[in-house]
Amino acid sequence: MAIKRESGRGATEIRPMMAKVGVIPNADGSAIFAFGDTVAIAAVYGPRQLHPQHMQDPSTGILRCNYDLLSFSVSDRKKPGPSRRSQEISKVTEWALSPVVDLEGFPNTVIDVQIYILQADAGTRTAGINAASLALAHAGIPMRNLICSISVGKLDKDLVVDVDKSEEDFKGGEGPTDFPIAKIANTDEYTLLQLDGKIQPEVVKKILKIADKACEEVYEVQKKALKEVVQ
Amino acid sequence: MAMLTSNLTIETLRKMFAEGKRFDGRGLLDHRNLEVSFDVSNKAEGSARVKLGKTEVIAGVKLALGTPYPDSPDKGNLVVSSDFLPLASPRFELGPPKFDAIELPRLVDRAIRESHMIELDKLVVTPKEKVWTVYIDLYPINDDGCLVDAATIAAIAALKTAKVPGIDKEGLVDYENHKIALPISKETAPISFTFYKLGNSIIMDPTREEEEACEAKVTWGISKWNKQYMINSCQKGKMAVFTKDEIEKMMDILPDKFDEINEKLKKFLPK
Repeated sequence: MAIKRESGRGATEIRPMMAKVGVIPNADGSAIFAFGDTVAIAAVYGPRQLHPQHMQDPSTGILRCNYDLLSFSVSDRKKPGPSRRSQEISKVTEWALSPVVDLEGFPNTVIDVQIYILQADAGTRTAGINAASLALAHAGIPMRNLICSISVGKLDKDLVVDVDKSEEDFKGGEGPTDFPIAKIANTDEYTLLQLDGKIQPEVVKKILKIADKACEEVYEVQKKALKEVVQ
Repeated sequence: MAMLTSNLTIETLRKMFAEGKRFDGRGLLDHRNLEVSFDVSNKAEGSARVKLGKTEVIAGVKLALGTPYPDSPDKGNLVVSSDFLPLASPRFELGPPKFDAIELPRLVDRAIRESHMIELDKLVVTPKEKVWTVYIDLYPINDDGCLVDAATIAAIAALKTAKVPGIDKEGLVDYENHKIALPISKETAPISFTFYKLGNSIIMDPTREEEEACEAKVTWGISKWNKQYMINSCQKGKMAVFTKDEIEKMMDILPDKFDEINEKLKKFLPK
């Protein structure tokens, strides 16, 4: 695993992370999270009454996520409004966060999580999940734990952590594989698994171990940001 | 969320799965009977019908001339779409697609695209200007669970029999004269497998009732490339988690399942 990365990073080196909590005063909870040049901002509103009424669940509150890119966050201007890609990422983000939030105390309500990408350099869904996890904690929503997310890539045969855009477009050999993962901090429980590329089943097992290590680092950054806001 | 499977059924299924049993007598990881046939429409460049138990999906391939995408000027285009017709289930309604109907073609698209089964670089008519767009359209005809896996098989079966239409002197597509087979890899064709979880039990190929009872799912696209098994796509869904042990077991099961379904599929393919 002696790959030379364009950025000069080591194979398991995450881009510099930045996390800040409490960035949108109107929101019940908010956070910003960055992996290098990928910057995500998230706001939480709720629990609040869910409309339309027929979507309400009398046994629990529900989590509703919305992810999108801002129009100028990418090179070719992104047409504003939801796309199939953003709808899918919104849904997998919801699935990634749901296992740790306990909403049974808030029947018939919704917690809205709004995630927007300010600047994109690959890894936007993982940065978005990390920001949203912080925003939920900041809003004081009952949570079992934080969710930590990272993408692990395979460039030809080499495994690298936190893939950036230049690596996403890698050519040659077995090509690029991008494997975004989210897990419940300090457990063996995975809440997001997505993958595009070419990867041997045996290597998938290795990638989980690498992701575990990286998620520990993400967790430390998240914890620090949350502590800063209470001090 | 409308509840179509009663809590009583869900609890019964939970107990039965824990004992390794299912309503229809299958083992937890067994697939239902697979049937594949071809030529659903002679107007399509290729088409196939897949039955997995009572689930039925048809796939059609159409080719049209178009312009290449700016980021792949020397490649043809692939577009996968699906419509969950109200014909196929009382759950389906007319109108804008629900999440399931958005997710299904995206999962099939990624399994096919990432496996490089279709040799898109051979679908260029005039470099940078005119290329073939391969449309794969997937329609459930009867939904009894596991639509994504059935749809992937239908898509690759349709691709394997698809032909490229001719182009006449004026440069227009001549749909009456198909000359060559669609350029696809001889070795690589993906199959997708979705694992469903209820409690601590993992099952495959669920019926609609079983699928609705489950708390988590994860779909893997797998193919063979350079004689190696390759995972090409993955997506986890629904609220519950998968543990590391569970994912590692899936990695051990997938190659065997891939060989098993391919053996079955081979019997139906035209010689």
